[in-house]
Amino acid sequence: MYEALCLSALREGESAYVTEVNAGPAMDRRLTDLGLVRGTRVTCVLRSPAGDPCAYLIRGALIALRRADADGVALERQAQPVPAGAVAT
Amino acid sequence: MIRVALAGNPNVGKSTLFNALTGLRQHTGNWAGKTVATARGEYTLEGREYQLVDLPGTYSLAAHSQEEAVARDYIQSGQADGVVVVCDATCLERNLILVLQVLELTGNVLVCVNLLDEAARLGVEVDLPALSQRLGVPVVGTAGARQDGLEELKAAIARLVAADAPAAPRREPQERVTLAERYAAQVVRSREAGRLRRQQRLDRLLTSKSTGIPLMLLLFGLVVWLTVAGANGPSALLTALFARVGTALEGWLAPAPAWLRGVLLDGVYRVTAWVVAVMLPPMAIFFPLFTLLEDLGYLPRVAFVMDHAFQKCRTCGKQCLTMCMSLGCNACGVTGCRIIDSPRERLIAILTSSLVPCNGKFPTLIALIAIFFVGGRTGLLASLEGAALLLGTLVLGVAGTLACSRLLSATVLKGMPSSFALELPPFRKPRVGEVIVRSVLDRTLFVLGRAVAVAAPAGAAIWLMANVTVGEASLLAHCTGALDPFARLFGLDGAILMAFLLGWPANEIVLPVMLMAYLASGSLVEFGDLAALGQLLVQQGWTWVTAVCTMLFSLFHWPCSTTCLTIYKETGSVGWTALAVALPTALGLGLCLTVATAARLLGLG
Repeated sequence: MYEALCLSALREGESAYVTEVNAGPAMDRRLTDLGLVRGTRVTCVLRSPAGDPCAYLIRGALIALRRADADGVALERQAQPVPAGAVAT
Repeated sequence: MIRVALAGNPNVGKSTLFNALTGLRQHTGNWAGKTVATARGEYTLEGREYQLVDLPGTYSLAAHSQEEAVARDYIQSGQADGVVVVCDATCLERNLILVLQVLELTGNVLVCVNLLDEAARLGVEVDLPALSQRLGVPVVGTAGARQDGLEELKAAIARLVAADAPAAPRREPQERVTLAERYAAQVVRSREAGRLRRQQRLDRLLTSKSTGIPLMLLLFGLVVWLTVAGANGPSALLTALFARVGTALEGWLAPAPAWLRGVLLDGVYRVTAWVVAVMLPPMAIFFPLFTLLEDLGYLPRVAFVMDHAFQKCRTCGKQCLTMCMSLGCNACGVTGCRIIDSPRERLIAILTSSLVPCNGKFPTLIALIAIFFVGGRTGLLASLEGAALLLGTLVLGVAGTLACSRLLSATVLKGMPSSFALELPPFRKPRVGEVIVRSVLDRTLFVLGRAVAVAAPAGAAIWLMANVTVGEASLLAHCTGALDPFARLFGLDGAILMAFLLGWPANEIVLPVMLMAYLASGSLVEFGDLAALGQLLVQQGWTWVTAVCTMLFSLFHWPCSTTCLTIYKETGSVGWTALAVALPTALGLGLCLTVATAARLLGLG
């Protein structure tokens, strides 16, 4: 059982796993460079005073993303079956 | 000569390593035909010359930006005998993605895991031999701030360039990420998370809804207050010292003809001495304090807190970072706009860069605030009041920047905000010693040197204008007289407007030029105390309305000559440079006209 949601809906302190990245070609590339791909665990760490942008913990780095961009990242609460050998931390 | 390229993500301490390895043997400039900075430096080891090429910090080598293209092309060209990829030990996993990309281009790679000391503080340990085994290339560890491991790094580079390893096969991006994740899981051990939690607590305090903005204002207010309060004493000392040197010079120059004495002493020496005396102390306080905030990692948090406003103006949140650079020097702010990827947003940041007051405008603003709004009082309360008003001026500059950015986004630079990802690197313990040395050498002396280089010839020119008479009055008097009716409309006068025009090479000389224009003697008086300066201005018909309008115009007018030249270089267009001049000037004149007209109608002033 899992619940589908998008990155911008993640509340402060919550974590989830990426299922799909669809934030426009330029942003998709940038997110891939930052290591945000299918199966990546993200945690929402900070919310700016206006509530947008938020900062997410992605592979050990804290990255601020705007809501418009974070809307394009789909998540699920449970980890997917991970590829062989990969370890989700 | 052996050539080694230095690659890595942004914020991994690459430049610190580069400086530590090459010391003062560096040359900086731009990549041929590109607005991407390059630095090369040399060092010698065991009789062999090594040249280090500092590639731009990038997250990827996919050539989506100029920086990435430069880095990739250089590595691919084979011009380097080896590539050192610098990684941040505190987030090794993400850094390994770039390492894997470099390995697909060349096999002669050395991985340098930097910031091991920071990582240890966060409870993170990296098994370097295991990492080396996984990647199949040598790995060395360094602790950038403490310069640990530099000798091993040099030795490893020497071994690296002797090798000739093949490149790895190409991988898909997803594959690279998975591989980086697997390696990181195998070689990185995280012990306690106490430090990490403390970092996050600090982050939350600095960025949350209730405390983020008040703390930001408080921190900037503190920096401004320390600058205002701390600069008075040293400024007075320097003024006294220069006065004594001036007297000595006068005796020494006594045999010279009067006009030569006038040009050299009343022109060149007095203006230069004034610029040094009023500029050096605030800069020597402001730059180190600001560099300290930068070194701590606070500025990206400011950009994070402020981003929503920039988003509303349809620009990039990184513009906040370039505004911080503009606070030191507008020309630096313009060059700094390279960190903004979208050309439209970069242009907006460049065009609005001079709306933030640079350090050179501080002395004028501080003096006018002290005379007209703090009433010439001194002491703690007065300095707090002065700092609050200067902070208010800064806030007005930020508001002007946002308003103009929005206007540009709606008119000549139409468009929606592009995608935005800003890394907030971990807070680092500021390296106080290095911060002071770097901010004094790189910033304070650099900016002061440039101001003095401009002030000396400007002093001579102004003296000549004030002393060469045409008909009844001096050249300067003719000019100010001609400008006067126009300037009055905006709450200024001819001398003020003339001073801003003559101050085009450097904002620092605006106030001294203004005083020269006012004084019949045609030379700069000594005015160690503000009371005398205030009296002089009031005698010339200044009211608080004049002071407000002069401050507004000081805040918003054409960029200085250096900034104009930099804007032309960065945009490559006369048109955009002209707009960068017209925009702040129109804003300043508009605000001055409003204030002056309102004051006239209400019978104030």
